[in-house]
Amino acid sequence: MPISLLVFLVFVATTLGITYWAAKRSRGASAYFAAGRQITAWQNGFAVAGDFMSGAAFLGIVGLIALQGFDGFLYSVGGFIAYVTILLLIAEPLRNAGKYTMGDVLAYRLRPRPVRAMAALSTMTIVTGYMIAQMVGAGALVKLLAGSGISYNIAVAGFGVLMMIYVVFGGMLATTWVQIVKAALLLTCTIVMVVLVLAHFGFSLGTFFAAASHVTFHQQGQLVVMDFLRPGLRYKPPHGSLDLISLSLALLFGTAGLPHILMRFYTVPDAKTARESVVWAMVLIGSFFVMTSIVGLGAATVVGPDYIVTRGGTNMAGPLLARALGGEVLLGTVGAVAFATILAVVAGLTISGSTSFAHDFWVNVIHRGVEQNSDETVLVARIAALGVGAISILLAIALGPNSNAGILATLAMAVAASANFPVILLSIFWRRFNTAGAVAGLSVGLLASIGLILISPTFMGLDSSNGPAIARHLFQAKAMFPLENPGILSVPLGFLAAIMGTLVTSEPSSESKFNELMVRANTGLGAEQSISH
Amino acid sequence: MKRLPESDPSRRPNEAEWNRVANSAEFRHLLAVKRIFIIPAFVFFLAYYLLLPVLVGYAPRLMSASVFGTVTVAYVFALSQFVVGWTIACLYLKASSRFDELVKELLKQNAFQQEDNPRGAK
Repeated sequence: MPISLLVFLVFVATTLGITYWAAKRSRGASAYFAAGRQITAWQNGFAVAGDFMSGAAFLGIVGLIALQGFDGFLYSVGGFIAYVTILLLIAEPLRNAGKYTMGDVLAYRLRPRPVRAMAALSTMTIVTGYMIAQMVGAGALVKLLAGSGISYNIAVAGFGVLMMIYVVFGGMLATTWVQIVKAALLLTCTIVMVVLVLAHFGFSLGTFFAAASHVTFHQQGQLVVMDFLRPGLRYKPPHGSLDLISLSLALLFGTAGLPHILMRFYTVPDAKTARESVVWAMVLIGSFFVMTSIVGLGAATVVGPDYIVTRGGTNMAGPLLARALGGEVLLGTVGAVAFATILAVVAGLTISGSTSFAHDFWVNVIHRGVEQNSDETVLVARIAALGVGAISILLAIALGPNSNAGILATLAMAVAASANFPVILLSIFWRRFNTAGAVAGLSVGLLASIGLILISPTFMGLDSSNGPAIARHLFQAKAMFPLENPGILSVPLGFLAAIMGTLVTSEPSSESKFNELMVRANTGLGAEQSISH
Repeated sequence: MKRLPESDPSRRPNEAEWNRVANSAEFRHLLAVKRIFIIPAFVFFLAYYLLLPVLVGYAPRLMSASVFGTVTVAYVFALSQFVVGWTIACLYLKASSRFDELVKELLKQNAFQQEDNPRGAK
């Protein structure tokens, strides 16, 4: 049996065991959606890290660094630094004032129906976008591991079924533990690769960085030597500088608006644990992202950009490096861990999407906030999870591995930064904020970011017939928006719409409930309690 | 298995009580103490982080200069972001134990009749 299949089967067996255990313990809505709010700080730290160290990060960012050096590492820095925003501004108020979703925090003092409907829409959009990014990584991986005899469609279908089992039967408790196991696996695997890269250079950082400053590869048919420790390989004039700032804004604020990350803070008993879990996550995510630079530069120096581009593409730099350093055994292991990573993140995304559908849309919009019975809510969430699973399987089969998974994930983050982040922040910190502002902010942020992405060079461009084997653009015309990332325009637009919407309307009830929200957010008075079994 | 509803509206304090706590001296003090830490920490971190893409974009020569060997200013600056992030996290953990004490004190002084024991829901 190929080693990749063996490692993956062990992971699947372990996680199915976890799911069985979780399903037996899980009773009621709070258990299903928030793991009974009994996850400890280190556990949640690992789970947040697991959710964030996604296939897109492991495959995509390593690939960017391997092909474009230092500029790719800026993705890692932004992804990590975003957790300072979450730590200082978001995690504790969210835990204290909410129940299952970010819609809860908004609905506290705003009119629940319009706000929750918009929050659910934006959550589902971001979840789907993020999911596409993960699936693109999975697709590329299957191609590389094709030797193991598994076809793309079978792998994706198997994936979808497993993910649905975790989410439908195990709920948040199972998803959390799958995430913890996977985070530990991914970190171990990355540490092994870092050690092997350094061993390759005789454990001399000087030799390693010297090699990284002289990477030879072909560019437009010519052999060039580039310094991969210098910036400027990816972000070039005329728009590179602006694009970089745009990317930084999207990473900085987008992470704080990602539904599957925010939801994790409801699984802990109180705000203090939420805070400590962010610090745990920062230690894990930071170490991981620092290591991506070694692995990425290792792939650039040991394997070389030419080989990566021709033998699997941008997302395959890490796995190809694994094969170069440790042969088929390490390739199989890294491939299986990458699969496990994607599987776990997709499960996390699915549960956040289905929770938002059941809790925000079903209970609070359709049933006007009167929950007939919590078993029904859980049933709706389970059906929604099946739906999300089915849609993502179809999307994954329809979409090819044609773009860098890290870039795609960042675009989903730009949507989160433009739509979710402004309204979450304003609703916690601005007394005057009201329903019209929230609806305007969410819809303008959503439309602006998606619209700009669609007319950006990622989706719009004229393809030359003799270029390298990159995928064709969706729209064959000159890109109307010059930047790859919309953040620099769409984040201010989201804020502006939220502020303007608020200022042109008046909603005294929202202002008068601000005191309650403030007391709750800062003291934890009246916060949701954890349940005991 | 029958469980108690997670939040029983009849047990919730009314608006006047929330306002009383919000206007209490203890709560105002808590917010002031939190602001003294959080606002400067956030502004510093935001400025320090955004300096990275701005310098990389607009001062590429400075960023390509060598610190030691072939290691560039850009790479060291990027790595320093991790150190800054971890440092802020540590400082915040320390500062927040003071916040927790203030909250405890505040809850003692301003307890709601209905909810002075949050686990009173059995």
